[in-house]
Order: sequence, then C-alpha cells, then structure tokens
Amino acid sequence: MRFGIAVFPGTWSDRDCAHAVREAGHEAVMLWHKEHDLRAVDCIMLPGGFSYGDYLRAGAVARFAPLMDAVTGFAAEGGLVWGICNGFQILCEAHLLPGALTRNSSLQFRCEPSWLRVEVTDCAFTAGCNPGEVLEIPVSHGEGRFVADPETLETLERERRVALRYVRPDGAAAGDASPNGSMHDIAGILNERRTVLGMMPHPERACERLLGSSDGMRLIRSVAMSVARDGAFAGAGA
Amino acid sequence: MTFRAEVVVQLKPVVNDPQGIVVRESLLRLGFDGVRSARVGKHIALEIDAADEASARESVQRMCEQLLRNPVIEDYRVESLSAAAEPASAL
Repeated sequence: MRFGIAVFPGTWSDRDCAHAVREAGHEAVMLWHKEHDLRAVDCIMLPGGFSYGDYLRAGAVARFAPLMDAVTGFAAEGGLVWGICNGFQILCEAHLLPGALTRNSSLQFRCEPSWLRVEVTDCAFTAGCNPGEVLEIPVSHGEGRFVADPETLETLERERRVALRYVRPDGAAAGDASPNGSMHDIAGILNERRTVLGMMPHPERACERLLGSSDGMRLIRSVAMSVARDGAFAGAGA
Repeated sequence: MTFRAEVVVQLKPVVNDPQGIVVRESLLRLGFDGVRSARVGKHIALEIDAADEASARESVQRMCEQLLRNPVIEDYRVESLSAAAEPASAL
C-alpha cells in the first residue's frame, strides 16, 4: 500500500516515518505542504516536528496549508489520516479531532519511552493489536497534555474513541507516571468514523529492535492489513 | 485609516496553566507573599487598515475567532483599539 507523508516547513519526523513504512514493506511518498495532489495514497501521515516553528500555537498555522484542504477533504470521504505528535496538534487545530494539546504539566520537554494500552481494536490503526495489550512507544514533546471539556471527554469515552492510553509498563493506570498530564491519560483518539487517529507518541521511532522497541511497527502493519482487507476508505461505509 | 489594536489571549480559567503555577511559586520564593495566582497569556499588537473603528473592531474579532485563539482552551479580549496617530513603520 502507499502511505503519503505530509511535509511542512519544520516537520522533522517525515523521513523517520518514510523509513518505518518502507521497512514494513510499503511505499512512502512525500506530500509537500503547498500541494493539493494526494497522489492516490491509501493513508496520510502527518508526522511530528515543529511545523511553522510552532508559531502562535503548535499546529495553528499548518492548518491553513494548501495540503490541509486536501487532507480535510480526504478525511471527509473516509480516508485514513494518522497524525503523530505535531500531526495530532494539527488535527486538533483543524477540528478533525476534538480537544487541544497544551503545555506538559511538568513544563518539561519529555523525550522518553512511554507505555500505551490499546483500548480499542476496531479501527484501522490498531486492528492487528490485541485489546488491552501494552505497547512501548516513545514520546517526544513539550505540548502533549490533552485537554477537552467534560462533555467532549464523556463522548470520547462513551463512543470508545480513546484508542491509546498512557499506562505503566505492567498496564496499571499511569498516575504520576504520565509523561504530560493528559486528561484521562489520553495518548491517542479517533474521530467519529474511526478513520482519523491522533496520537502524541512516535511509532516510527519504535520500528526496529535496535531502537529498543518495534511496537510501532504493529500500528503500521495494522493500517496495511486493514487497507488490504477493506480498501483505503475502510471507514467510508461504516 | 490605520488602527492599532491590542489583543490578549489567555487560557480559560478552567484550563490548568502550569506556567502560571511556576511563575506564582517563583514569586512566592522571592518573598512576594501576597501572590494568590498568576496566569500567563499572549499579547498581540496589530496595525490594521480599515474604513472606520467599527469595521476594524469587527475584523479583529474575526481574527481572534479564526486564528489568534484556540476556542477549545483560550479566551481573548481586545484590550484597546484606536486610530493610529501617524502611520507606524515596521522597522
């Protein structure tokens, strides 16, 4: 399958994403922020970094890039969109996902391993995982504390749209081990159609044993498996 | 006509502001015992060409709604808006 990887000025994880996708045996094409053409990709990745220098707010300016018009249209048709770190921030600013990502409660930039419990497996991104299993995938961010109003949080929980939650390595509640202080320990959420995922941790940095974990590969393989099974617009009819 | 506007963007009162907490704690350490709270926000100064003050104000409000603040977590207020006395240069 073909992954499209968005490149904004200041994106820094695009090549890591491409490397991980290719290691998994799939095609990666770069999508420049000034383009509208999505080059017939099956899934769009919005990688980590500091698009437009994080000016004003992380993701606030990237939202207006020409490419984001195309991404929004793609998502509206049920296309798979996967925002990682800065990509998650962009998806929230673009209102493709609810809530917002604010300064870590520690005020520190955290670059360290994190442990994520797979809360749902009925979406393309986690279809190949086991419910409740714990993945080790690193975080690398200063503004990853997910916040939303109580009604939004309630909706996310009720509709089972929290895909990944920070936990301790043994799967117990994160408590003060949360890397950022996110509400409900939220690490990743889905849109209503379950076709757009935003997550703060970096799966592309956990794609080979040499890097300490290859758990990120599980998510990339899940997407590929879902696309092979259901087609690129897996959620369109759901 | 050119107008100058000052916009203040701040986290909503219900949103935890760790920067503000650290500022308060630091002030307390310096001996400013009376500091009950501190909140950190952004100040944005604008120069706008508009037909009159009403349209300048309306334009600033739309800027706040569309870009300058994130409505999920931030409030904004227009601190001041007035005709610029003379054309200000950027440099």
